[in-house]
Amino acid sequence: MNPLLEATEVSTGYGELEIVHGVSVDVDQGELVTIIGPNGAGKSTLLKAIAGVLPKFSGTVTFDGRDVTPLSAPKMVAAGASFVPQTDNVFPSLSIRENLEMGGYQRVSGVSDRVAEVLAMFPELERRPGEQASNLSGGQRQALAIGRALMLDPRLLMLDEPTAALSPVMREEIFDRIEEIRSRGVAVLMVEQNAKEALARSDRGYVLVAGEAVLEQAGREMLDNPDVGRLFLGLEAAESAS
Amino acid sequence: MIDIIQLVIIGIIVGSIVGLGAMGLTLSYGVMKFANFAHGDSMALGMFLAFIVVGDLGWAGGNIGRLSFGWGMIPAIALAMAGVAMLNVGADLTIYRRLRSRGAGIIAMAIASLGLGIMVRAVVQMIWGSAPQRYATGINPALTLPGDLKVKPDQFFIVGLTLVVAFGLYLLLYRTQLGKAMRATSDNPELAEIAGIDTQRIRLSTWAISGALTALAGVMLAIQAQLRFNAGFEFLLPLFAATILGGIGNPWGALLGGLIVGVTQEVSTEWIDPGLKPGVPFVLLILILLVRPRGIFGSSV
Repeated sequence: MNPLLEATEVSTGYGELEIVHGVSVDVDQGELVTIIGPNGAGKSTLLKAIAGVLPKFSGTVTFDGRDVTPLSAPKMVAAGASFVPQTDNVFPSLSIRENLEMGGYQRVSGVSDRVAEVLAMFPELERRPGEQASNLSGGQRQALAIGRALMLDPRLLMLDEPTAALSPVMREEIFDRIEEIRSRGVAVLMVEQNAKEALARSDRGYVLVAGEAVLEQAGREMLDNPDVGRLFLGLEAAESAS
Repeated sequence: MIDIIQLVIIGIIVGSIVGLGAMGLTLSYGVMKFANFAHGDSMALGMFLAFIVVGDLGWAGGNIGRLSFGWGMIPAIALAMAGVAMLNVGADLTIYRRLRSRGAGIIAMAIASLGLGIMVRAVVQMIWGSAPQRYATGINPALTLPGDLKVKPDQFFIVGLTLVVAFGLYLLLYRTQLGKAMRATSDNPELAEIAGIDTQRIRLSTWAISGALTALAGVMLAIQAQLRFNAGFEFLLPLFAATILGGIGNPWGALLGGLIVGVTQEVSTEWIDPGLKPGVPFVLLILILLVRPRGIFGSSV
């Protein structure tokens, strides 16, 4: 079976500056895949390029067997691949309900039904749908951003560091939600700094270093891989310091 | 005391026109993120487009109650709104979009709009000349209210229309998907794209709505005063004062800002030379910004 998402030899970056050099990543139907790597490795940049936020300098991306390489962000969403940025991922002056409605902007009908379904997945949002998003905590914002991305029933959810800057409790909570979403058949491709927790829950992982994919392995195997520990020495040191 | 109340009433009328213009200005600022200096001259274009119907073609139509203008003003306003909306959309497609795609900053965009405004003003002057005109000849006798206060039927119409438009704009922004998408694009255009919103279409819709409001403000200004090719340009400063007072990007704030500008400048004439009144809102503006730098209501569409 062909993978749901297949990014082949993708190079991308900002302006003229190439940050990601010919990286290939694929995600099967319903699979949870995590990209890890040190700061500045180009993980988020790669995800943004796949999501159509950044242009691809070269390489191809196919989604569900269709070439989606040149598609802009709104067209990728329409194709069934939603993206959640790491920061500034909610509309601060809009209410929770309105944020979700914006995620369903392309829906022709059934927006309010889908808002109710998504709210039901996030009880902390369901309690006060009229609350302005700027008043939400970091974890609630992340939940809202993920909820927004689910509004069009995507087949692939792309998450850029969904647990960054969250407390350990909130981190667990968000990871639980991501697993729950995956259990409903939505494939997930995420970039994570909290490598251990993310890999423990992932089917597969990729390690990106200096804009190149250096390793691809099953999530749990990668956890036990001494090379991964070595690659993350800097990160581990930073984590233990914080 | 009656003098002051009469001045407040005039201030509310002038303030309604300023507020109407400022609502369009603040809407385009909120989504486009630059100050559209062509806004005043677009108001003048709007007032003269309406003049095509009721003046040039002479389709004044039968009287509407005691108003100074007839039913012909309805197609006239429709033409004005459509015309300025098209000007705005055309300007985005030919000028602003190109500047945006080249990463131009807000200064370049604002200066481009200033140039467009000068062009529009020159075209209006070329076509309709420099002499002031009126939609209707004859006088519009004022109604005398208790306390010997005088208000013209036209002026009731202007204030009423402004309130209706403000409420309509509120419904648009808070009750429709288009309006919410405009607010979302104002908040964060990149995230709007990621959410699946075609932000270019939202920008064009915003320009069109802002243009329609601009034209309406222009026609009301001409009904209250007269048609002059540079009337809109001279209106630009009170418009900006109202927009900033209300918090840039906030339509309710723009209306209230307009009323504050209108009332303060009219009431000030009780004590100062009327020739100095355009400066009064700016003194107020400076004082308010010293206390609340983001305007009375803060910002965002």
